[in-house]
Amino acid sequence: MEEGVVNEILQGPLRDLFDSTQFITDVSGSGNNWAVGHKLYGCQYREQIVEKLRRVAEQCDCLQCFFVIHSMGGGTGSGLGTFVLNVLEDEFPEVYRFVTSVYPSAEDDVITSPYNSVLAMRELTEHADCVLPIENQSLVDIVNKIHHMANSGKLGAVKPNSLVTSNKGGMKEGEKPFDAMNNIVANLLLNLTSSARFEGALNMDLNEISMNLVPFPHLHYLTSSLTPLYTLADVNVPTRRLDQMFSDAFNKDHQLIRADPKHSLYLACALMVRGNVHISDLRRNIERLKPSLQFVSWNQEGWKTSLCSVPPVGHTHSLLALANNTCVKPTFIDLRDRFTRLYRKKAHLHHYLQVDGMEQSSFTDAYSSLSSLIDEYNQLDAAKGVALPDPPRINIAV
Amino acid sequence: MSIITVQLGQCGNQIGYELFDVICNDFHSNGLCPRKENGLYQAASKERFFEETESGEFVSRAVLLDMEPKVISQTLSLAAHSGKWSYGEKSQFSQKQGSGNNWANGYCVHGPKHKDIIMNLVRKEAEKCDRLGGFVTIMSMAGGTGSGMGTFITSCLRDAYPTSLLLNEVIWPYGTGEVIVQNYNSILTLSHLYQSSDALLVHENDVIHKVCSQRMNIKQISFRDVNKVIAHQLGSVFQPAYTTDGATHYSRNPLGELMESLVPHPEFKMLGLRNIPQMSEHSLAYSTFTWHGLIKHLRQMLIANAKMEEGINWQVHLPTEVATRNSSLSAEQLFNRSVANLAIFRGKDIEGASSEGFRDPAMYTPWLPPDDSFSIWKTPRSFNKYEKSATLMSNSQGLLKPLDCIVGKAWNMFASKAYVHQYTKYGIEEEDFLQCFTTLEQIISSYSTL
Repeated sequence: MEEGVVNEILQGPLRDLFDSTQFITDVSGSGNNWAVGHKLYGCQYREQIVEKLRRVAEQCDCLQCFFVIHSMGGGTGSGLGTFVLNVLEDEFPEVYRFVTSVYPSAEDDVITSPYNSVLAMRELTEHADCVLPIENQSLVDIVNKIHHMANSGKLGAVKPNSLVTSNKGGMKEGEKPFDAMNNIVANLLLNLTSSARFEGALNMDLNEISMNLVPFPHLHYLTSSLTPLYTLADVNVPTRRLDQMFSDAFNKDHQLIRADPKHSLYLACALMVRGNVHISDLRRNIERLKPSLQFVSWNQEGWKTSLCSVPPVGHTHSLLALANNTCVKPTFIDLRDRFTRLYRKKAHLHHYLQVDGMEQSSFTDAYSSLSSLIDEYNQLDAAKGVALPDPPRINIAV
Repeated sequence: MSIITVQLGQCGNQIGYELFDVICNDFHSNGLCPRKENGLYQAASKERFFEETESGEFVSRAVLLDMEPKVISQTLSLAAHSGKWSYGEKSQFSQKQGSGNNWANGYCVHGPKHKDIIMNLVRKEAEKCDRLGGFVTIMSMAGGTGSGMGTFITSCLRDAYPTSLLLNEVIWPYGTGEVIVQNYNSILTLSHLYQSSDALLVHENDVIHKVCSQRMNIKQISFRDVNKVIAHQLGSVFQPAYTTDGATHYSRNPLGELMESLVPHPEFKMLGLRNIPQMSEHSLAYSTFTWHGLIKHLRQMLIANAKMEEGINWQVHLPTEVATRNSSLSAEQLFNRSVANLAIFRGKDIEGASSEGFRDPAMYTPWLPPDDSFSIWKTPRSFNKYEKSATLMSNSQGLLKPLDCIVGKAWNMFASKAYVHQYTKYGIEEEDFLQCFTTLEQIISSYSTL
């Protein structure tokens, strides 16, 4: 809802990729206020949004999925972003909605970000098919780690175009501070769609992701990790490196949100492999890693795999691991705590309530939606490690 | 008679291709037998699987179905590049978007929506056959298109061709790691197929994977390797054979005779397949086999329920009179009891092959006359590079364990209602699941008490 960033894209090296008629901008921004984005701009621009969505949808011969990419802390991304999510559900109920949400760090510079995030969370829980939460801090850590490895020279030369953060194939010159971090997310989306774009021995369409990874409608928050982060120029120990790729994917340092899946409960896990990897490599690694991971009792074999034969630029192979894991819970609890701290004092509330259509109940509803989501995760965690007897089977009289 | 192969989904199309490839390569070999014999064999094989165009090209009698385009276009081009055979120009149907591993999506949405086009393709294929023997559908149970749409199409075939025979080649998923909802998709597939199909021929991925690693010595096993083994086994059944002693022509109704031999009762229609020998081409060059040895191994594989010729438990034996009377629960109680078996021997010195070992009544259920429990097909023509090879198709308790396992896992998941909402979205309700569980528990119970 401001022009700066969009104009920058329009003048940037990728300008030809975008249709200049497919932009909607305003001049004043949403002022870090979810209500302004969701209610005010939402109402004001609804028809324009629908029209532009329709126009681009008509050009697709098989529309499968919408990607909504936004941040949770601000006003436009979280407010208008979740408004668009609602519009998509109304206008295209059959088409999947995958949301990539950037969650604010604890030391975020937007004071109202807890409000915005919790209000947006309710929309995500109710209207998205899958949410891929991402935290800025995790992206920063990964960038630093790669930087450290690439410069320490300990491991020998790192292939320059093999970094997860590289935009090889892109056209930008002169890196800006957020570029490396943004490229990680871009690579996430590229890997997510690779099996739909290229051939492979075991295909995985986007609709298979929610089918396999979402056992209950609300629990659709998937943690993601990308490995390897970079490829070394010297190729000495290929099999070990391949297995290392699988191990790293479960390591907490490689997750795109600050969470530790290894010490939480898995509901389901997908391994999307690209490059020169065989089904036997996949099976070997699943067998190897299984003992160190906890799966929910009714889904002990909760693995979904795909093999895509085309690796990303600069790599021989790569892995995107998506997990439905209760490790997202701390992030949500943290968010709720920060929300409560503000809300107890009714701080900044008037900024929201003066927007048309925004009521105090929106806050309490969003709060209880988040709480019941946390409760659902709690219930699953409570059953962790407890061996339940198998439910009695149907008896057949002989 | 001709057989129409219906290839469904990624798995079905990939295996279907390998099957035609095996059959065509086998067709072009000399078969280590007299030229006249080979001529008869080739003629029968051709009629079954291929239509010969005026220019002498072989076009497979197949219909390719998938809900996404990638696999089919890959399969078509592989066949076109084989230089020996191809798929019919208008024998395939694909859409842009897959069924997303959702059985309900394939069965309730994609199937009904495309029924007319698909059945039209099948009809055109059927009209090309002088004599239509029946259909073989190849599909996996785990995914959405093969399993869901495959089940729907099977019931359509049953309605449209009530007198033709229907054999469903079903690929049993790996125990872990392919599709998370595979157990749900499997129970829905199996219970529905049991209503409409004449027989279900089952291949377990886990078993074939082991065959690849332990018998074929493949280090990095790909799906291609697994599919080739399955195709070899299928070919060893469906290639021509003499089904009676002293027959002068190859069987004209292979599906019919197969069903007659193996499926005497509608409650029992799950078929398993074993074959021997299985080894890499490299080792094959240095190996010799005797019929006696092959048959002895095959028999023990059957009663010990070993799925390949390695790791056979030789302790298992059939109960003797004494043991039955004492009814002790010793090793002989653990043997794999059969409803019926069909042995197929192919290759050199076939006259010396004795199948007496398979005629022991103790092996079979008591309610079927022993003569009806065992059949044998033979041909002196060797199959697919193996000088001698033996295949055994069985309707036995051998699949009880994997079936029980899959039903158990699905039931555990169902008890916590996980993933059920994904199915209700397309119209498969909880009661439908319960109905499927009941059907399958009934089948488990029937096979257990053979």
